[in-house]
Amino acid sequence: MSTVTSPLRPKRSKLLTGVMVLYLLYTIVPLAWLLLSTTKTQDDLLSTPGLWFGKSFAFFTNIKDTLTYNDGIFLRWLGNTVLYVVVGAGGATLLATAAGYGLAKYKFTGRRAVFAVLLGAVAVPGTALAVPTFLMFSNLGLTNTVWAIIIPSLVSPFGLYLMWVYATDAVPGELLEAARIDGAGEVRTFFTVALRLLAPGIVTTLLFAMVSTWNNYFLPLIMLSKPNLYPLTVGLTQWSNQATGVGARPIYNLVVTGSLLTIVPLVVAFLLLQRFWQSGLSAGSVK
Amino acid sequence: MAESVAQQQLARAGATGKRRRRVFKDGKGWLFVGPFLAVFAVTFLAPIGYAIYLSLYRNQAFFGGTVFVGLDNYTQALQDPKFWEAFGRVAVFLVVQVPIMLVLALLAALAIDSARLHAAGFFRIVIFLPYAVPGVVAVLMWGYIYGDNFGLAANLNDLLGTTAIQPLSGTWMLPSIANIVTWEFVGYNMLIFYSALRTVPGELYEAAAIDGAGTFRTILAVKLPALRGAIVIATIFSIIGSFQLFNEPNILRTLAPNVITTYYTPNMYAYNLSFAGQQFNYSATVAIVMGIITAIIAYVVQLRGSRESL
Repeated sequence: MSTVTSPLRPKRSKLLTGVMVLYLLYTIVPLAWLLLSTTKTQDDLLSTPGLWFGKSFAFFTNIKDTLTYNDGIFLRWLGNTVLYVVVGAGGATLLATAAGYGLAKYKFTGRRAVFAVLLGAVAVPGTALAVPTFLMFSNLGLTNTVWAIIIPSLVSPFGLYLMWVYATDAVPGELLEAARIDGAGEVRTFFTVALRLLAPGIVTTLLFAMVSTWNNYFLPLIMLSKPNLYPLTVGLTQWSNQATGVGARPIYNLVVTGSLLTIVPLVVAFLLLQRFWQSGLSAGSVK
Repeated sequence: MAESVAQQQLARAGATGKRRRRVFKDGKGWLFVGPFLAVFAVTFLAPIGYAIYLSLYRNQAFFGGTVFVGLDNYTQALQDPKFWEAFGRVAVFLVVQVPIMLVLALLAALAIDSARLHAAGFFRIVIFLPYAVPGVVAVLMWGYIYGDNFGLAANLNDLLGTTAIQPLSGTWMLPSIANIVTWEFVGYNMLIFYSALRTVPGELYEAAAIDGAGTFRTILAVKLPALRGAIVIATIFSIIGSFQLFNEPNILRTLAPNVITTYYTPNMYAYNLSFAGQQFNYSATVAIVMGIITAIIAYVVQLRGSRESL
């Protein structure tokens, strides 16, 4: 990205860059440790320095072991996570996009009330809701089903805000009027005209909904007790917990390798979609 | 916390003024808003209502069943030393960690926006990267690094020939957790601030330059005022995040069970009351009390934030 902010175009500063490099190291060192650790056998993990390679190079063995341990339960967790993300975050984005568009482009009775209720709800800590949600779902027989994870993931009040603000400016009312004069129905107009204009906002909402669903830990932790429904986050902590307690059989090398495999998809998504979400984030600000 | 970008968008939309927009006056809007509200009612409103209902009842130990006790659970919670110990801990965490995190994020955003940095785009994306690391993985990773088994803490101790570095011991635990949270969220907050900085019109910088303002004067007079909305939003969400602290201590608990109690944070307390103690009614009460306190503090911050802008 070009730096056109300042018309002065000040000289680049080595000092400032140096200070920022220090912060960069803080950011990177743990990730480097993780990456190096995935190349080590369990013995090397315990006996060789953290920030350098071990005696052996076990990266591929570790990956194979991670994917096959316990009849390939890791792949099962990965599949579960993908399911929760696709349906949960995808659904959340769809609902938020439609609702944001509706609030931005239609005036109807109760619009103010919707706003007030949403504002009130976001002030309530999400995790404060977790226990009551669990009890409610438990009464409905929904715990230990995928729905216990998917249904709560479907609502993203902040996704709604983002789409609301975005739709207000990105979809010109004239265009919708033209579509109406052409005889297109409201729903058809939304799908054929509005969606395309909303794309950067949608990608941003989707990406952040993906992150929160992919990272979801508390909700599946309380909702699920069957390991074959776990997402990666809960599965990995379960592996990690094997290291302690009676009859402990630590699998540190699998936990670190599994951790790396859990990180990679999101990092790749953020890097590949950089252009979209960065334009989505600064969307409200286009002059 | 993911969603505070949207909040920030909202704040900005308000700040930059409403643009010309055409709004249709009819009920067809419900067509689009309806589905969202239906799911919202099931996942937000119903649990809140259910929690309030639960908090007014209590299990009868000997007779079974539940009995209406009015506000007794609330009286109990407000006099519960475990609750207040947990609350005090997250309050300390909030007062120390949140300012450190937000100042770091602010400095990083200003540096990246300053045009004085080499490879600013690279810094921006790499500093943001930890946000894409699932919180659970971040805690597992840092947990191993902190460990005296292997990990960097052990390496450092070897190197210095001491055993002084014990990140998982009682006195170090809270700072250790603060470090993990800071590592995870500086980049995210930085991005919020950076996005807000990008909205400052170029003319303002030109005007400041013509007035002879230097770098720091420009930051004080132009950039910080432009960031006010973003800072208020980021503060509110960091406060909510601190009061909800759960993942980090709960996962580290397996590494240091003697240091992290079952009521280390209010959220852990509510969780353990429910899932280890089967005290669902009292657990719901603790969750509601915490929710109310959080909402009040968030509201006060918002009020102060907007008052100062006048």
